[in-house]
Amino acid sequence: MAGTFEAPEVVQEELDVLLIGGGMACCGAAYEMMRWVEAVKAETGKDVKIKLVDKAAMDRSGAVAQGLSAINTYIGTEQDPADYARMVSNDLMGITRDDLSYDLGRHVDDSVHLFEEWGLPIWKTDADGVRHDGAESIREGLPALKDGGKPVRSGKWQIMINGESYKWIVAEAAKKALGLDRIQERVFIVKLVNDKNDPSRIAGAVGFSVRENKIYVYKAKAILLAAGGCVNIFRPRSVGEGTGRAWYPVWNAGSTYAMAAEAGAELTMMENRFVPARFKDGYGPVGAWFLLFKSQATNALGEVYMVKNKELLDDYPPYGQAAVPASCLRNHLMLKEMQEGRGPIYMDTVTALAKLRETLTPKEVKHLEAEAWEDFLDMCVGQCGIWVGENVEPEKKNSELMPTEPYLLGSHSGCCGIWVSGPTDLGAPTDEEYSDVPAHLPKGWNWGYRSMTTVKGLFTAGDGVGASGHKFSSGSHAEGRIAAKAMLQYVIDNQSFNPELDADVNQLAEEIYKPVRNFLEHKDYTTAIDVNPNYITPKMLQFRLQKIMDEYVAGVATYYKTNEHMLKVAEEKLEMLKEDAEKMRAKDLHELLRAWENYHRILTAEAHMKHIQFREESRYPGFYYRMDKNFVDEENWKCFVNSVYDKQTKKWTCFKRKHVDLVDKSKLFKAASH
Amino acid sequence: MPTYVRTEKCDGCKGQDKTACMYICPHDLMKLDKDGSETGHAMKAFNQEPEQCWECYSCVKICPQGAIEARHYADIVPLGGQVQPLRGSDSIMWTIKFRNGTMKRFKFPIRTTPEGSIDPYGNKPAAKLADIAKPGFFTGTEDGGVMKGYRAGDASELIRK
Repeated sequence: MAGTFEAPEVVQEELDVLLIGGGMACCGAAYEMMRWVEAVKAETGKDVKIKLVDKAAMDRSGAVAQGLSAINTYIGTEQDPADYARMVSNDLMGITRDDLSYDLGRHVDDSVHLFEEWGLPIWKTDADGVRHDGAESIREGLPALKDGGKPVRSGKWQIMINGESYKWIVAEAAKKALGLDRIQERVFIVKLVNDKNDPSRIAGAVGFSVRENKIYVYKAKAILLAAGGCVNIFRPRSVGEGTGRAWYPVWNAGSTYAMAAEAGAELTMMENRFVPARFKDGYGPVGAWFLLFKSQATNALGEVYMVKNKELLDDYPPYGQAAVPASCLRNHLMLKEMQEGRGPIYMDTVTALAKLRETLTPKEVKHLEAEAWEDFLDMCVGQCGIWVGENVEPEKKNSELMPTEPYLLGSHSGCCGIWVSGPTDLGAPTDEEYSDVPAHLPKGWNWGYRSMTTVKGLFTAGDGVGASGHKFSSGSHAEGRIAAKAMLQYVIDNQSFNPELDADVNQLAEEIYKPVRNFLEHKDYTTAIDVNPNYITPKMLQFRLQKIMDEYVAGVATYYKTNEHMLKVAEEKLEMLKEDAEKMRAKDLHELLRAWENYHRILTAEAHMKHIQFREESRYPGFYYRMDKNFVDEENWKCFVNSVYDKQTKKWTCFKRKHVDLVDKSKLFKAASH
Repeated sequence: MPTYVRTEKCDGCKGQDKTACMYICPHDLMKLDKDGSETGHAMKAFNQEPEQCWECYSCVKICPQGAIEARHYADIVPLGGQVQPLRGSDSIMWTIKFRNGTMKRFKFPIRTTPEGSIDPYGNKPAAKLADIAKPGFFTGTEDGGVMKGYRAGDASELIRK
């Protein structure tokens, strides 16, 4: 029987493995897992029931939906996974899990080589040092990366691609591996459900269709939660239509962090954030401009602030003293210029292109111009929109740079996320030195299945995995593959486990459709659909969240500054906001989607605020400042800040975990070896 | 820039249940107005929440009628520019018009294999359950594995082992 808006149909399904999300991580998981599923069948005769559930369409879902102009993590033969772990650590001010970074570093290139085989065009350098785009390099007979082809490095770890169809290609492989019967698109999973007999175990997940009046209840032994990072918890710099032009995809609503927290999973480094300095308003990428075109960023007077303010890096040893200082510190040097009134900040595209032209033929100049435009067209068309609207041709006019509103993520230059079990062969700690870790949580960095959270059967990858970072698209795919193997291992080891949901299905359905109930019950109380004392629209709730976070939790309004008093105010306001979230309305399925996204945003924002409050220092100058603790305190705070959430009491508990290095970081600060 | 749908070009994907733009939009923005009650244009699609549009161009690229274009964010961008793609099977062609009338055209490759041709496990080894707990993928680790991408690393770098 088809459901109605008033009485949705409830669809129940029993699975072994549920993949939540359809981005790079889940595409990687799907691809790797199905090959091992074949092995399970061949060797044991058993079938494994799998479903991937995506709130959008896999061809264009996740952070790579629009495309990319580079793959930011490719190790190559000339670098070691330890070099990669060192870079990740320094960029994130010393507090990352080397076991996770190193493991990613040794696996990631396998995925990149697959992408090329599947059809992703990858730029190559020929024997004369001339670069060719991905199609031309094939016509020229240049070898594939796996056969020794030389990529075009736009940085130490990045390689250039023609990536408009990057996600389309990766999704095709994942969809073929899975088969269409194992894919459910346009269903938004909003809650995980623990096991009735063991609350520390996962038993399923629930969500709803954004196309039909249907609620989906999945039981599963193992779940991969990989639904991206978190965008739009802070008031964006744009105020109207431009609020859609978030730097990270606007559909990343913190679902990964919020659902994991409610299920009892331990989060890590939720105080971390990323504030990218990007082309103003369009948030177009700057990497190729800095690294490929050798452009410099200046203040309004043409002074290069990275040179001018260099001594500020000495305030933050050793992180400021690496060959490439941490991202937040580069912002810190830029912000000095802005705050002292020497803005705007510019990317000096004119000088950079003029210099390059000195040595190039007219044909090469034309090629260079195309490369500069493709950098935006592949991944950020909106930036081109701004250039054409403002008549900006980069060889004639410089463009402004601006630090954005804060973002929370674990796969790009950020490290917030979930605490996961790491590899066992890299020398990671197996005990915990700090005593305030809640007793029910595991000690050490590996407690069983790789990529598993502290909730049994719940795994994550990509933006979900905290305390690592710099995985980007390729690393998220590889991390999904790593998780997939471990999940299957878990399923094999737990064959007799029969998941039972700790909540009644009807009650879950009622919770999911509560915003619909709020609307239907009260809509006729007033004559204006959006103004009603009995409910709040998801949009207004989002505005309230953004205003609180912006003004009290170090958003752009205060130049990323806060203190314990401001955080206290935020704490109170967020608690009331969380209560009011119960009164969100949904006038249709589209608004029900927004309602749940915003519920996830509130919990993520609350975690961010609590962690900043707990960490009594300013670990990421340039991303945020606790003005009452405006220093990096290596002695007391070079540690992980982790937390757990109690969904009954709705309270957070923050605590420290000990940080150790598994690779020697001092190598970063000696004379560059590369 | 929110995307917009040209009234004269959109055919509502010929009365199918969902349109191509609805299918593809990662943020659930595109909607088919079946009876015209929301827009005054029956059986045509529209962007129902333009201030949430990421400008990812997924709808623009997929529309079989070329009916979708973008008008750059009105709260940021001066009027008159236009960035319009034509996505083919192996390349994409961009036509770029500046506010001052300057035009540029670019063509970039998008994939080197025919769409739909990926054979996910072709020429790949089968997985062996005995290896499931070891590092590496089913593609193997020996000499980098069949994809030559596994980097075993210099063991002396691991200082706690």
